[in-house]
Amino acid sequence: MRTVSPNKSRSRQRHSRPGGALRAFLRLFALLPLFGLLAGCKLVVLDPAGDVAMQQRDIVILSTALMLIIVVPVLLLTVVFAWWYRDSNIDAVYDPEFHHSTQLEVVIWSAPLVIIVALGLLTWISTHLLDPFRPLGRVNGAEQVAVADTKPLRVQVVALDWKWLFIYPDQGIGTVNELAVPVNVPVTFELTSSDVMNSFFVPAMAGQIYTMPGMQTKLHAVLNRPGEYTGMSSQYSGSGFSDMYFTTHGLSGADFEQWVGKVKADGTALGRTEYLNLAQPSEREPVHHYKSVDPGLFAAVLDMCVEDSKTCKSDMMHGGGRRVSQNGRPAHLPWAERGKAAPNAYASALGSGVIDTGSAICTASNATGVSVARAAEPTQRVN
Amino acid sequence: MFSNPETQRLVFGRLTLDALPLDQPIVVGTFVVVAILGLALVGALTYYRVWPYLWREWFTSVDHKRIGVMYCVLAIVMLLRGFADAIMMRSQQAIAFGGSEGYLPPHHYDQIFTAHGVIMIFFMAMPFVTGLMNFVVPLQIGARDVAFPFLNNFSFWMTVCGAVLVMISLFVGEFARTGWLAYPPLSELDYSPDVGVDYYIWSLQIAGVGTLLSGVNLIATIVKMRAPGMSLMKMPVFCWTSLCTNILIVAAFPVLTGTLVLLSLDRYVGTNFFTNGFGGSPMMYWNLIWIWGHPEVYILILPAFGVFSEVTSTFCGKPLFGYTSMVYATVVITLLSYLVWLHHFFTMGSGASVNSFFGITTMIISIPTGAKIFNWLFTMYRGRIRFEVPMLWTVGFMITFVIGGMTGVLLAVPPADFVLHNSLFLVAHFHNVIIGGVLFGMMAGVYYWFPKAFGFKLDPFWGKMSFWFWFTGFYFAFMPLYVLGLMGVTRRVNHFDDSSLQVWFVTAAFGALLIAIGIFSSIMQIVVGFLHRDRLRDLTGDPWHGRTLEWSTSSPPPEYNFAFTPVIHELDAWSDMKSRGYARPVEGFRPIHMPKNTAAGLILALFAGICGFGLIWHIWWMAAFGFAALIVTAIGHTFNYRRDFYIPAEHVIRTESERSQLLATQV
Repeated sequence: MRTVSPNKSRSRQRHSRPGGALRAFLRLFALLPLFGLLAGCKLVVLDPAGDVAMQQRDIVILSTALMLIIVVPVLLLTVVFAWWYRDSNIDAVYDPEFHHSTQLEVVIWSAPLVIIVALGLLTWISTHLLDPFRPLGRVNGAEQVAVADTKPLRVQVVALDWKWLFIYPDQGIGTVNELAVPVNVPVTFELTSSDVMNSFFVPAMAGQIYTMPGMQTKLHAVLNRPGEYTGMSSQYSGSGFSDMYFTTHGLSGADFEQWVGKVKADGTALGRTEYLNLAQPSEREPVHHYKSVDPGLFAAVLDMCVEDSKTCKSDMMHGGGRRVSQNGRPAHLPWAERGKAAPNAYASALGSGVIDTGSAICTASNATGVSVARAAEPTQRVN
Repeated sequence: MFSNPETQRLVFGRLTLDALPLDQPIVVGTFVVVAILGLALVGALTYYRVWPYLWREWFTSVDHKRIGVMYCVLAIVMLLRGFADAIMMRSQQAIAFGGSEGYLPPHHYDQIFTAHGVIMIFFMAMPFVTGLMNFVVPLQIGARDVAFPFLNNFSFWMTVCGAVLVMISLFVGEFARTGWLAYPPLSELDYSPDVGVDYYIWSLQIAGVGTLLSGVNLIATIVKMRAPGMSLMKMPVFCWTSLCTNILIVAAFPVLTGTLVLLSLDRYVGTNFFTNGFGGSPMMYWNLIWIWGHPEVYILILPAFGVFSEVTSTFCGKPLFGYTSMVYATVVITLLSYLVWLHHFFTMGSGASVNSFFGITTMIISIPTGAKIFNWLFTMYRGRIRFEVPMLWTVGFMITFVIGGMTGVLLAVPPADFVLHNSLFLVAHFHNVIIGGVLFGMMAGVYYWFPKAFGFKLDPFWGKMSFWFWFTGFYFAFMPLYVLGLMGVTRRVNHFDDSSLQVWFVTAAFGALLIAIGIFSSIMQIVVGFLHRDRLRDLTGDPWHGRTLEWSTSSPPPEYNFAFTPVIHELDAWSDMKSRGYARPVEGFRPIHMPKNTAAGLILALFAGICGFGLIWHIWWMAAFGFAALIVTAIGHTFNYRRDFYIPAEHVIRTESERSQLLATQV
């Protein structure tokens, strides 16, 4: 095939498909009917029910708007240039030597720079203000509430395979797969996980935070609109992950008290044995209510020593790393043997004289160093 | 097999007949189809006696052009596998609503999304990128081959070996059910006791050796083997992006290797690097894997940027606008790509200052990337744009990538990330940049350099079909995922209760169908191009009015690439030579020193694969045998002194005069 040099090619029929970019752009409009559907669906991230999520929504919108200042002209210029400078357009200027312009270079480097400086500033401020570890400075957009005025509700969260355990230490109750919070009251979540990582996410209330075994994360949030909202694990955690949902009830103060009463009335007790049964992997777990919860349970979960046989994580290093189970492997149990009786690693190791009983574990309140949950566990902040 | 379980374990390790997924009709059906097609292919190759040719001219070849083409073939084969996974996910999510569990139980579904990610990144995008660089870079810098031709062949076969292990996992045992990065604690022995994660580890370790060595090879090639006169700042942009990519590979892949070594020690020896207790830190794995993982993203996208630069300047008939700033932008992206890894897990609970730092460094990358977009834009400005297929991909890329870049910067703002992380918005974002950036780039590159590799152009009709179906298919498949992400829908979910979401998933599945037609058209462009090869033949060696050196040789180039090493005076060397009335030398040819083909690379990779299979199934004798054989063969190969030969001058004269005659008919 003879090819014609582009410099000579002026005929309209040779390149029969000019303006591909314009067509590309026009095709986008084919999607418009789809966006009509947006009216019918609930964009919870853009229309949340809690003040923290609302501020995060505002950041999403503001950042997008800032970037559109650059993006829209680029998209338009792409289409316009692709269309106008097509091979077959005789009116277009062709300047094969145009490949440098200092003025243009300054603009194309500095315009994005300006946007990024603005966005960076926004990022620095908003990341600090909306740090999930930071106690709330306000309960909703309208009123500034001093933290002293409202006593925050504490909720301890344990991600289990594959369900959520919520402990209300101040109310002394617990639930599985059901979270209820009073509206307009700040909630402090203390979160951990029993074995694998999950992410605690109630999109209507606030952004997510990971739950990690042996570590505690925190999330400060508030719900402002009463209603029912979906909560989930957003970090894949194994085969039952897809059903790891829970309902979040936003209740008025009185309704919340009533709900607490109901849990106390129809619930059972949650001690360590019950917890270990609950922690067995299960899918689509129904809602459970617990009228009472072992006050040291959360700390024990956090310290990874709910079972008597296990050495608490915080003691692990104190034994000089020599505390092992009978078979020489560290004393953590395989998945399949979870919950089965296991030898008391610490006791057996002590009996065999392996243990270096360092002073740190032999405190007055904890003479053996195992199986006693420390209620006053200091908050462990990761990273 | 053996009555004594001890003997059984000694001989077969963990491998039993139960490892064959005979209870899963989908897998069995796939196996039957693959087996029939595979046997048909093997039969046809045997019948037409193609094996000796393939063995002699391709499998044992150390020619960078052949190896580059083989990398691309591997990438296309794995694209089909990875896309089959994608179609299964999209159809599962389109039907699994309101009590319906769909047709994929979690056990299978979780393997599919893991395999999809692993295959698309490691065995589709990486071979594609490496293949293009392998083919193009030596031609663009006027070299006769890469610096270490045997190493190149070995690298390729190691990559194939990793891909084969992943494919074996489909039919023997299972693949990981952990997500494509195999995060602990989930990937630790306690929670993933099966062979899936071991398949993951060893396929990536073996392929990783290939990737790393090919990175070393291409750096040496670009740094040491440029034609005289080609200073770094006269090097084509594709070579610059290749150089940066390979520097990233050499600096980042050892981190992946090390991380996976630690994970395998946890799984095989009982160490506690990433376990929950005993001083182990899963968070450390997340950091390490992303210290490799984020540069990996730029390893993939930079060569695609290079392709777009070459394509834009060629089809606009102009030098690239702002070459210098393009080069500096590439270098800046290379450096910054190491300072952003934590943005993949803002929600892990780092402090606000740490999160802000990584968020802001991430945004800063958008400045050089934005500059690149503007540079292509102003290359089009006052150009004369020929909308051949590669240019369509480029304009499609510019529009798509800008949107993907914008959502990427949005995700870099930590408070926004807290509500969008792990959602389908995130999934839409990275497909937006990987399909709209890397894949579009590779498609443009294949169409652009295909005539150079094979001597005929691809079929333009199917090429355009391919572009338009990919392009519209992408928007149909992924725009709904952005919306779903804003509706608070998260990733890797197997089934849903809320039936109002279904319409979006059905739309996305429709998009996947359009992409399927796009893939079909991509294959058709090759098939139809081959059938019409006489009409599409490129006799000049310069079918697109190219600007760089690869277009100065014949299509396909002779095995020695250039009879005389060209001397470079300007950027866009071939353009400069043409404008100065360059005359091809027609006499004075001398014998050319070339490397000799060898089967050692293939054999070494075979033993590596045997070793890997033994390790996966705990068949220790097999692993030991594979490893020992690997070492012995490697040492043995050092005693192979028949490594090179001379192409006689007469042969060169014959080849070059044939070309002279051919060119004479073209004037």
